[in-house]
Amino acid sequence: MTNQKTAAESQTISTPSDATRSAGHNSLPSFDQETSVNESPLHGLWALTNRDLKKWYKAPLILLLTLIQPVIWLGLFGKAMNFGAIFTGSSFNIPGLNIPAQELNALAGQIMQNTFGTTDYFSFLAVGMLSFISLFMAMNSGSSVVWDRRLGFLNKELSTPLSRGAIPLGKVFASIVRGLSQAAIVLVIAILLGLSVSHLTVLGVLGTFSALFLMVMGFSSLFVMLAVRSSNQDTQLMIVNLLNLPLLFASNAMFPAKLMPGWLQPVVKVNPISYATDISRQLLLGSTGMASLQFDFLYLGSFALILTVLGMIVSWRFLSK
Amino acid sequence: MVESVVSQQSAPTQSGSALSRAPAAAPREEVLRIERLTKSFDGKTNAVDGVTFTVMQGEIFGFLGPNGAGKSTTINMLTTILRPTSGDAVVCGHDLTKEQNAVRRSIGVVPQESTADEDLTGIENVLLCADFYGIPRKVSKPRANELLELVELTKYAGNKVGTYSGGMKRRLELASGLINRPRLLFLDEPTLGLDVQTRAAVWDYIRMLKEGFHMTLFMTTHYLDEADNLCDRIALIDHGKILTVGSPRELKESIGGDIIEVQVQDRMADISPAIRGVANVVEVRRTDSDYRIKTLLGEETAPAVMEAFRLAGAKVTKISIAKPSLDQVYLEYTGRSIREEHADSSTQAPHRGMMGMRRGR
Ligand SMILES: Nc1ncnc2c1ncn2[C@@H]1O[C@H](COP(=O)(O)OP(=O)(O)OP(=O)(O)O)[C@@H](O)[C@H]1O
Ligand SMILES: [Mg+2]
Repeated sequence: MTNQKTAAESQTISTPSDATRSAGHNSLPSFDQETSVNESPLHGLWALTNRDLKKWYKAPLILLLTLIQPVIWLGLFGKAMNFGAIFTGSSFNIPGLNIPAQELNALAGQIMQNTFGTTDYFSFLAVGMLSFISLFMAMNSGSSVVWDRRLGFLNKELSTPLSRGAIPLGKVFASIVRGLSQAAIVLVIAILLGLSVSHLTVLGVLGTFSALFLMVMGFSSLFVMLAVRSSNQDTQLMIVNLLNLPLLFASNAMFPAKLMPGWLQPVVKVNPISYATDISRQLLLGSTGMASLQFDFLYLGSFALILTVLGMIVSWRFLSK
Repeated sequence: MVESVVSQQSAPTQSGSALSRAPAAAPREEVLRIERLTKSFDGKTNAVDGVTFTVMQGEIFGFLGPNGAGKSTTINMLTTILRPTSGDAVVCGHDLTKEQNAVRRSIGVVPQESTADEDLTGIENVLLCADFYGIPRKVSKPRANELLELVELTKYAGNKVGTYSGGMKRRLELASGLINRPRLLFLDEPTLGLDVQTRAAVWDYIRMLKEGFHMTLFMTTHYLDEADNLCDRIALIDHGKILTVGSPRELKESIGGDIIEVQVQDRMADISPAIRGVANVVEVRRTDSDYRIKTLLGEETAPAVMEAFRLAGAKVTKISIAKPSLDQVYLEYTGRSIREEHADSSTQAPHRGMMGMRRGR
């Protein structure tokens, strides 16, 4: 067949603007010069993190909404559901018993101190809210992975020398930044709304945010892992909805563990949210904690480390089908 | 060492007439060698089934096949997005499964669907891609601007990709795919859904990459005219299997050459034997006064055929020459009618229309 290829190649190709185009192209340098590139295993991590963050800080509406959310929660839970008010003042009155008001208030304070580790429920809850808001940010990282898969962005990442470990880590760090910024806003608002500041120190705040950092890191890795093969947004939403409130209520974030039924207590004791909250309450409010600070940090640190490493391994293995 | 050969070559060839399909550098090197590459998604059926072929340095290699043939799956394996179920491939001298990062550094990808982040601007997307390769910003910034200039997007570089048209997104993908200066560029359906002008522009880019930058291109398409006009060699693929590989010309010749149809005046004797004697004639079929003559080199043979008819005393009333098109090749190899039975109407209907669409010559 091939040897029949003789004269009269009848194929002519019309390219309308070819002449003008290639004239422009002449000025381009040749493609073969090689530059030194960064081949470290985590190159591109910051670029990935920043890409996710841009979606947040460059979209004023999203930024505003994420700022409003914690304020609503604080107002709703912290101020509207004020447990302290039940025991104090005139609302608490046992018929037949005539207890003087100041004694009653002292008793109420005693009860509050024993139950919540602090005299006002608002302070108790506001600190729990820091964990709560960070947790919600961490949970979004899973659906972010699903989005990237659906929009083909993940495929682009996979066809480049970007390390497979950097892909989940980028998500994790983005949710850490977002989670901690929201937590910071919650803290400021809580102080404005009357969080007791008597124990507040710079070191305490730093310690609290380190704890939140570790907590978000672990949970974010967990949700990235759960999404690693998923291309279904709804599944991801279901998983988040299934886990968020149980995770939260089976911790000491909203309610003291010692008032919970016996069967729930072990769950609270393994829930990392409890440890992040325990650290925060000890450092910000001076409460007596569930465990020592050292143990809390050790527990939370191991949780973060194990899940992050696991997340990277799982992504390495399962991101590409 | 290919690089050194390439760099000695002159700048992009001027003008549209210089479309010679001659090889660029003298000793041609294999850029891609694939052996029995197979991918199964469900463990039962093979989306890509034992595909074997090679692509040489500096050529435009086309992967032609209908929807669901396995084109994208093949590209996704060769670009390390999917893991092959079995088989081997060497991409730019690197083993596909053992030296993934080396493969990734030497290739560029322009995927079938836009993968740009719509919330970012054009330039941000290209720079992000550069970051994935670890190219330092002081190199990637000018390079990104250069590439956006090349695909004529400089004016829109600062706009969010969400505001781009389909053609602009395609061009942006091209710019992103070139950011690491790949030796081998994969283009998955580069002109899908583009209007006629944008298609022509993309074709120009592709030719320019080959001729100006001596890049090797691997592209998939289901447009026959695109494969015909653009590709040096084509592999026909269907149901995950390669049906045939060759230059468009070879493929066309493989189905037996041109068809000369001749009509003579009624009640003439059969003069087929005389026609068979003419040089280049492959096959003659007669129905009454109509002759269907399969021949190589139709234009050159037609006068000789006419002469043969005249010598036999037949009066020719009508003559036509049909060049074999890739349509015919495609039909012959894929048996489109069989395919239509399984195809779901939603994807097949518009696709069939595109198959029929031919570019005027
Ligand atoms: N992720 C996946 N999971 C399961 N099956 C898949 C997947 N991707 C592709 N397939 C199947 O593999 C086959 C080949 O698909 P592929 O996308 O490679 O076709 P294609 O030739 O690129 O078609 P098109 O012209 O429509 O782009 C199809 O039957 C498709 O259903
Ligand atoms: Mg495809």
